[in-house]
Amino acid sequence: MFDRIKSFASDFFVTGEPMIYASDVAIVLVLAAIIFTLTFLKKWKWLWREWITTVDHKKIGIMYLVSALLMMFRGGVDALLMRTQLALPDQNLLDPEHYNQIFTTHGTIMILFMAMPFLFAMFNIAVPLQLGARDVAFPFLNAVSFWLFFFGALLFNLSFVIGGSPDAGWTSYAPLTELGFDKGPGENFYLLGVQISGIGSMATGINFLVTILKMRAPGMKMMRLPLFCWSVVASCVVIIFAFPALTVALALLMIDRIAGAHFFTMLHGGNPMMFLNLFWVWGHPEVYIVVLPAYGIYSEIVSTFSKKKIFGYKTMVISLMIISVVSYFVWAHHYFTMGASAGVNSFFAVASMLIGIPTGVKIFNWLFTMFRGRISMKLPMLWTLAFIPCFAMGGATGIMLAMAPADYQYHNSYFLIAHFHQVLIGGVAFGLLAGMYYWWPKMFGFRLNEALGKWGFWFFNIGFYVCFMPQYLLGFMGMTRRVSTYSADTGWTDFNFISSIGAYLMGIGFLFIVVQVLYSIKYGERDLTGDPWNGRTLEWAIPSPAPHYNFAHIPEVKEVDAWWGMKERGESLVQLNRKKKFTPIHMPKNSGIPFIMAVFFFISGFGFVFGWYWIAALGLLGVAICMIARSNNRNTDYHIPAEEVEETEAAYGRV
Amino acid sequence: MSQSHVKANEKHPLFPIKNVIGFVLSLILTFVALGLGAAHILPFGPIMLIIMGLAVLQIAVQLFFFMHFMESDGPAYHVIGLTIGIINAVAVIGGTIWVMTFNSQVH
Amino acid sequence: MALSNNEAKQRSSKHDTSRLLEYQRHDGPLNILGFWIFLATDLILFACLFATYLVIRTHVDGGPTDKDLFEIPGFTIETLLLLTSSFTGSLAVYEMRNFNKKRLIGWLIVTVLLGIGFVGFEISEFVQYVGDGATMQRSAFLSAFFTLVGTHGAHVSLGIIWMISIIRQVVKFGIEPINARKVFIVGLYWHFLDIVWIFIFSVVYMTGVVS
Repeated sequence: MFDRIKSFASDFFVTGEPMIYASDVAIVLVLAAIIFTLTFLKKWKWLWREWITTVDHKKIGIMYLVSALLMMFRGGVDALLMRTQLALPDQNLLDPEHYNQIFTTHGTIMILFMAMPFLFAMFNIAVPLQLGARDVAFPFLNAVSFWLFFFGALLFNLSFVIGGSPDAGWTSYAPLTELGFDKGPGENFYLLGVQISGIGSMATGINFLVTILKMRAPGMKMMRLPLFCWSVVASCVVIIFAFPALTVALALLMIDRIAGAHFFTMLHGGNPMMFLNLFWVWGHPEVYIVVLPAYGIYSEIVSTFSKKKIFGYKTMVISLMIISVVSYFVWAHHYFTMGASAGVNSFFAVASMLIGIPTGVKIFNWLFTMFRGRISMKLPMLWTLAFIPCFAMGGATGIMLAMAPADYQYHNSYFLIAHFHQVLIGGVAFGLLAGMYYWWPKMFGFRLNEALGKWGFWFFNIGFYVCFMPQYLLGFMGMTRRVSTYSADTGWTDFNFISSIGAYLMGIGFLFIVVQVLYSIKYGERDLTGDPWNGRTLEWAIPSPAPHYNFAHIPEVKEVDAWWGMKERGESLVQLNRKKKFTPIHMPKNSGIPFIMAVFFFISGFGFVFGWYWIAALGLLGVAICMIARSNNRNTDYHIPAEEVEETEAAYGRV
Repeated sequence: MSQSHVKANEKHPLFPIKNVIGFVLSLILTFVALGLGAAHILPFGPIMLIIMGLAVLQIAVQLFFFMHFMESDGPAYHVIGLTIGIINAVAVIGGTIWVMTFNSQVH
Repeated sequence: MALSNNEAKQRSSKHDTSRLLEYQRHDGPLNILGFWIFLATDLILFACLFATYLVIRTHVDGGPTDKDLFEIPGFTIETLLLLTSSFTGSLAVYEMRNFNKKRLIGWLIVTVLLGIGFVGFEISEFVQYVGDGATMQRSAFLSAFFTLVGTHGAHVSLGIIWMISIIRQVVKFGIEPINARKVFIVGLYWHFLDIVWIFIFSVVYMTGVVS
């Protein structure tokens, strides 16, 4: 009996790696510390009432942000481990198998569990406030989305200590991921974790699209939308049409693995390339899903910090929408080398290059907005300025990759690695950090320390170029991606060593950001005006942090930069408070169902990972019960009494 | 948002004539497709083309006779959404088949 | 709640009685638009399954082909059941707009029964194929067939459970804005599944018969 338990445990838990034992200890200690602190401070009830059951978009946004930063840390540690392993030739810090796991989790986490939630944090925090709305269209669904993401990410990360991490790359290509080549539960963790959080992403896409289409303040026509909201529309359109393809690709692969079907196997007529096809039908639009909102953030910041109206509002909107449509017709450029016909490769090459045109238009519009503006070099603007050259270079190397014949040379080399890091870090991560700095006072009511932030900025930026410029050269020298080590006579040592130094500089930059946040929590300058940057859109018309109901009175919108226009005419929401009577405000009620339902999804996913189908069935039953309970609940909203609204506004000094 | 197409006071028909017409049309379309398929009077290509055409008509029947497609509160965003959806669906199917024809070329 | 029901109604969720019942509450138009968009995503999901089926339709690996398997009577009965249920589903919405609770419930029950009949025939079709050795594991073609048609069947089964839950709510609360919205939305779902089936009928079954 004891032997059986022992052998089960040695399969179930990841063993044999000192690094992982250390992590086990760290995880247990952190968990114990959290449980102890919550119990000691009697905060369990507070946690449940204020955060876990919340349907408030602002709090959900903060939870997304915290999760995204934690995931950025984990993905970053993975990156540093890889760079340490590759710093010198013939190292043994990570064995090849472990190296495979690390690059897989790094990629999956950074794109799906860092960039996506960071993005949704920005959606949640800014969109309803910019629209003059009191919440999103489906607040309950919004909470469901968050908890599905959270438990999907948890399931994925669990593979680190239980069962073993996935090791087939973040793209999880078949047939390598078929049962014959990849028995372990790691791949199942990938499939289930990504699938569960993917459901949440799709719901978020629908939610924000409906919010923007239906819940704008009176007078805010579509052509008066803030550009960030437009970018969210473009991104959501891509989400709702691209994510089903991922759902199908992962589901079919899972059916192959669980039911022994032959979609992507090498036997019985399966076609592995079909997996690539479906994966990239989602995968390429996915990069536009993450970069379009970043464009929106840059547009807001450039305009605010240049004190000018954005140059070419209409062309900005048109180019956003063109990108969101054309992004759907470029997917095959990820496998030009498959050997499709010349017609196919030409079509997808030309479509890929076409995307450069609307993107170029946007870059020029940002530059023209800054031209003759009074630019103030605050942190959000700094990151935006760093983005423009970085993204332009990344775009140019992208055009190089888009040329199908040339791609045969660059394909899967470090040139590609350098290219997509340059567009994803330079485009997306810079944008998200800029957005975080920009909206931080609105979220928390205090500013982040500029000096520490600047240190972080310079370390991260210089580190970025030191890290990735050598990788272009390594690509030309023939270094392919996903190699766990190399020998000295390849001549790759120097550039790899430089690149690793750059990675560590970026790590230091991240640490500065962490210190900056911790320092500012204690010493940060309070934002009492609600408008610390002299902003242009409606979120700056209300106090920071925004009250629960956002707007006591919803303003009438007369132009693109609604709040700027009001300021120019000497109007404010305080005047509205004085002129109009306070009325009760209709709000959605908190609910524990989203959390409980996501827990059941997690249980079900865990059952599927290990092939314990009774647990999986139990989990799905729980999900169904949660849905029926919600459907039968008719007590889902309430009214904040007028007196309470008045008191809250008075506490902000706004009556 | 003035053009609301969801007014209740429109005269509600006493007999569900629209629904019955829709049902009859859908039956006719189905049997025409079946008849064409079973009769083998045309080669594979043209027959499938006609059958797909009939299926597209069936979509129209469901949308306009059963699903109240033109009803909306404010601008008809769902019409735009579904149109893009159909275009993208055609793109995925057509594009995939085109991309994956490498099957027949490589061997 | 401090407010009387009437006041609350007037102040926030304006029950504008000049509009159709399902659009009267504030969340009616939101949910209906949201559901239309969901249908567009579901459309893409099925498009991916159709694309997969079409690419590996001929990959039979020496096993049964579509021509060998599909028989006209079987899938014709399924088609007629689903088409009729789509019709009865639309009648339910018609009766709802006439405020006829009994007939609304009646047509919903008929729709559910027809749906159960459809699923029953489909299961027996699958069982027969499996009995003949045409299992999902036999070839890529069969994997794609069972997955595409099975996903549709799973959607229909979910729709049946959903509709039963809504029937229960209509019995309990009658025809009012929330229920009206729910009946309308489940109707959209049901008609959408009918559209998907028509394409399964055309692309999967008729292709098999014609080739």
